[in-house]
Amino acid sequence: MTHYQLRDDIFSDDVAQEPTRAGFGRGLKKAGEQHDNVVALCADLTESTQMHLFREEFPERFIEIGVAEQNLVTVASGLARAGKIPFTSSYAAFSPGRNWEQIRTTATLNEQPVKIVGSHAGVSVGPDGATHQMLEDIALMRVLPHMVVVVPGDSVEAEKATQAIAANGKPSYLRLAREKTPIFSTNESPFELGKAYVLREGQDVTLLGTGTMTYQLLKAAKQLAEFGVFAEVVHVPTIKPLDEDTILSSVRKTGRAVTAEEAQVAAGFGGAVAELLGEKLPTPLRRIGMYDRFGESGAPNELLDHFGLTGEKMAPVIQEFINTTPQYHKGF
Amino acid sequence: MKQQLTWAQLDEKANTIRKDIIKMLEAAGSGHSAGPLGLADIFAALYFDIMNYDPKNPEWEGRDYFFLSNGHTVPVQYAAMAEAGFFDKDELLTLRKLGSRLQGHPERTKLPGLENTSGPLGSGLSQASGVAYALQYLDKQPHRFVYTVMGDGELNEGNIWEAAMFAGKYKLSQLIGFIDRNNIQIDGSTEDVMPLEDLRGKWESFGWHVQEVDGHNIESVIDAASMARAITNKPSVIIAHTIPGKGVDFMEYDYKWHGAPPNHEQAKEALAKLRTLDGKIEAGE
Repeated sequence: MTHYQLRDDIFSDDVAQEPTRAGFGRGLKKAGEQHDNVVALCADLTESTQMHLFREEFPERFIEIGVAEQNLVTVASGLARAGKIPFTSSYAAFSPGRNWEQIRTTATLNEQPVKIVGSHAGVSVGPDGATHQMLEDIALMRVLPHMVVVVPGDSVEAEKATQAIAANGKPSYLRLAREKTPIFSTNESPFELGKAYVLREGQDVTLLGTGTMTYQLLKAAKQLAEFGVFAEVVHVPTIKPLDEDTILSSVRKTGRAVTAEEAQVAAGFGGAVAELLGEKLPTPLRRIGMYDRFGESGAPNELLDHFGLTGEKMAPVIQEFINTTPQYHKGF
Repeated sequence: MKQQLTWAQLDEKANTIRKDIIKMLEAAGSGHSAGPLGLADIFAALYFDIMNYDPKNPEWEGRDYFFLSNGHTVPVQYAAMAEAGFFDKDELLTLRKLGSRLQGHPERTKLPGLENTSGPLGSGLSQASGVAYALQYLDKQPHRFVYTVMGDGELNEGNIWEAAMFAGKYKLSQLIGFIDRNNIQIDGSTEDVMPLEDLRGKWESFGWHVQEVDGHNIESVIDAASMARAITNKPSVIIAHTIPGKGVDFMEYDYKWHGAPPNHEQAKEALAKLRTLDGKIEAGE
């Protein structure tokens, strides 16, 4: 197992925070320095998606598309045909929300390394409400052959993930959040596409988190430990390809699994884990996320609390799951 | 490397392409007849006069790019590519069959020489625009051009007009679009289904240089492409007026042939007409 270095202030009240999109902005600028053929396209949301950092450094490699998400990804497909590595950005509700077919045909079936960056995903978008709180993007992207799906846990990891997808030669989806979230990883923490990381060891349950929900699971695990429940926390920033070995080896040990995501659990990250366990290691599973409903307006933290997406709200759910569910396949 | 063919030879190429389309569709037992036959003269012009490419080295870095936007007309492209030497003609008869490189709608990763994957309508112009942008602004290769063929029914798609705005804004002068203006789509006449006129005015207002040609007059098509290449401050669109099913009289103008192949008897009749030039095509002098 790769040792994963967590920041030491993660449970303090003044834990360092930053939106994952900020890490993307820095990562894209670095990717631009590393590869002459990285180009960036935006649909009228250049600062919101943090592409302005790239635009300032490489104005000749930045292309303003306007509010036209179908054109955004199809122009990118053409640029890829001309040998470029195109990063496209918008809000996730619009890209990949509006332009799924164009992504399917011109990026994935066409096997072009178009990078889809969907910012402002999840209910934590806040007061803008359900139209802008994208919850179905993980499902939409993970069903596409050839597509890589990455949901970074914090801004530090987002910066690494951006550089990684710039170099992977494949169509890729990067899911980002609008709000500041705690930074739990460090510059030294490992990040590789397709790898999951054990952040905390335990034997009673495996808590699998993607994106910023991993931090909430770390908090839940700390709370559970006070009641004598020892949870293993696995961070899964790449949903596709899924790191089956790391997930199965943890679940074999603990015999129970919980997933957490700020998205629809149906066909989302929870869906991906349910498919894996159903086929390879049938194990009791509890999925935390959005259950067949849309979000609504509210303050970001208020909404996370309302929908049970905080460590404080997750801990009793996990506790009840453990109390009512035997450990299957222990020692399998 | 570009072949210099006479008008008569180019007309023969178009006739050969038509015959191959009929043979392919009959063998496939499914597919679209009207659009490909109507485009045969434009594809003869593109593949045997207008475009620079190397069939033995499809990724040649000096080539012009071709993007088929209305992917369902791909039999005409396959027939032109085979005639141009990208692959052996026998392979045409594998169209739409299991394991074939000639998919029912074009897939770039299956067949070298295809630049894109298309079928769902409206995205080819955007992809062509992406390449044209790269050639003009990023790689600065003014001698290379990007051609695309769109259907007229396809212009119902919003994606087309997003691309039209984009190419107009960036004055993508190496981008040359052909519109197959045959006035039919699946549900009937384009002007009944969703009117396109004033089509010229629409493109002009988006900042494009617009020409209209008889899409069955190869000389006119070639001249228009030449004029389009000479326009250096705008993208160009050539509205090519065509007859759906051109060359096979019982298919001409009949929208029922949009999505249907000929059966054996119909194919035999069609080939006889094309062989004897008994159809509407006249060979050049």
